[in-house]
Amino acid sequence: MATNESAMSTQQEIAQLPPPETQLQEFWRILKKDRLAIFGMIVLGLLLMLAIVAKFTTEWVVIFDPSTVRLPDKFLPPMSESSTNLIPSEDRPVFGVYLCGTDELGRDVFARMLQGSFVSLSIGFIAVGISVAIGILLGGLSGYYGNVKLGFITVDTLIMRFTDVMLCFPTFFLILTVVALLPPSIYNIMIVIGVTSWMGTARFVRAEFLSLREQDFVVAAKALGLPEHRIIFRHMIPNAMAPVLVSATIGVASAILTESGLSFLGFGVQPPFATWGNILSDGKGFIFDAPWLFFIPGFAILIVVLAFNLFGEGLREALNPKLRRR
Amino acid sequence: MAKTGTYASILIMWTYIARNILQRIVTLIIVSIVAHSVIHLAPGEPSQVDPSNPRMKPSDIENIRAAFHLDDPLHVQYVYWMRDLFTGELKSFKDNQPVLPKIWQRFLNSLPLLICATLIIWSLSFPTGIHAAIRRGSTYDRTTTFTAYALISIPGFFLSYIMILWVVNTFNVPVIGMKTFGMEDADMVFRSMDRLWHLVIPSLMSAIGGIAVLSRYVRSQMLEVVGQDYVRTARAKGLSEDNVIYRHALQNALLPFVTMFGFLLPALIGGSVIFEQIFAWPGLGRLGYEAILARDFPVILTINFIAAVLTLVGTLVSDLLYAVVDPRIRLQ
Repeated sequence: MATNESAMSTQQEIAQLPPPETQLQEFWRILKKDRLAIFGMIVLGLLLMLAIVAKFTTEWVVIFDPSTVRLPDKFLPPMSESSTNLIPSEDRPVFGVYLCGTDELGRDVFARMLQGSFVSLSIGFIAVGISVAIGILLGGLSGYYGNVKLGFITVDTLIMRFTDVMLCFPTFFLILTVVALLPPSIYNIMIVIGVTSWMGTARFVRAEFLSLREQDFVVAAKALGLPEHRIIFRHMIPNAMAPVLVSATIGVASAILTESGLSFLGFGVQPPFATWGNILSDGKGFIFDAPWLFFIPGFAILIVVLAFNLFGEGLREALNPKLRRR
Repeated sequence: MAKTGTYASILIMWTYIARNILQRIVTLIIVSIVAHSVIHLAPGEPSQVDPSNPRMKPSDIENIRAAFHLDDPLHVQYVYWMRDLFTGELKSFKDNQPVLPKIWQRFLNSLPLLICATLIIWSLSFPTGIHAAIRRGSTYDRTTTFTAYALISIPGFFLSYIMILWVVNTFNVPVIGMKTFGMEDADMVFRSMDRLWHLVIPSLMSAIGGIAVLSRYVRSQMLEVVGQDYVRTARAKGLSEDNVIYRHALQNALLPFVTMFGFLLPALIGGSVIFEQIFAWPGLGRLGYEAILARDFPVILTINFIAAVLTLVGTLVSDLLYAVVDPRIRLQ
């Protein structure tokens, strides 16, 4: 009787407790405290919206025209009005004002920056997508099927030796060589950056898989006779994603920087695509005559890459329980 | 008894070294094969560098291809390259000069830059990182954290251009190139001052990324160590705070950095392309860039090969050093 009562009261107490925190809530509670990471997240959110709006307004419904050449209006500083008597009305910018000035051909820098925001971001995301895909594939294979023998070596040895080989290349030099030899194309740049930067991800995923393989829930899933693809894709990959997510966020930042470095050396994305990297590297020739051509893309890259880095670092802290306790 | 023990450990060490060297040689061969195939399979050839030249006849292109063995199968070309590299006969496609002396001379030019950059990186990032870790959460910590992120987020050439403008306008000193042209007859003092000014800004700029990354790493290592039991014990037995931090914590926090020596040189060589281009510094990175423009395959491949050798030697040395300084690590 007494035990029954105490069980009842425990149940009531449990019912009165707040519902247990889900992982997502816990993650958000920690991330919220990191003001720099939140700043990064807000900037990235705005940037994503801007890039999508930019895709609409510069390509499909041309409100901001990045490619119209207006020679009478070249090298106008930011916020200057277009010369109404020389430019035909259909070529004039919106409201007749160049928000970020014009470049050496009289193109609207604001429109070019908008166009570039989408292109730069897509380079970052696609390159990182490729590198994460390769990294998860190779790391997962090496972690899950590591003991399988292929002739005289194991899968694990084979893949990890290959990773070591890739780590031996001086990355930027390799990217530069391949991009210079291949025909200039935006897709080649994305692919080359992706193919040369997956090694970190592969190592993280392998390490996570090795430790997950021994854990009870995976052993239980195996004992239940679940098919291997289900164990890998439903049970292991979601649990191995935390470090991948962090390195992917930081990877986007470094891909954008790599693209701007390639642009500086003359192997970046070719016209007609505008990216922040090539606007910046074109602008370096006019640093005295038209400083806005140099400083606007430069600071834009700085702020966006900074936002990616800060957000990535915030993610790392929030997703890693070991760091959290300190 | 003790003597046999030392012999055994020496034997273990040497088999460890021998096996590692063997493994790394295999890796190196695979690296060279991959690099060779990538470069030769990609479109674009030395014979096509100047396609619009009207004097270039089809027979000339054939001659070029024959002279560079470009018509042979890939594995034969690979053997030619390896043979020439190790006999020192390897010639550049561009000017028919031997490749190794050419690279060596450019490497000597790059060397002061590399040494300076390394010194700046290590001497700035350690104090910064340690102080940030000790005063965790303070204004100093937050400022340096933010600055470090800002520094790795700036495109290198953007910052360099701003820096060049500022330095030239403020101090009125030359910064482009290795030395001022026409200073050869000047006094020794002026010449070395001139060289120094030319060296400072490029090495600072190539060090920036390293400072940011390394100081963050020092900070996290320090934080890791400061939370350990033996640090608490040291405090508990009444040691002064300086003694705790610099004698007990720092020594252990420094251990992982031994491994970073290995990666430093290759990383700086890889990153030097952009900075040597900005500052017109006739170094290794610039040689690589020029070789890429000229489709000068032997030079590209050899620079790549040397970078790979440096990486492998560096990692081997740091593995061994790590085992020497940290007795907990056992060679197996």
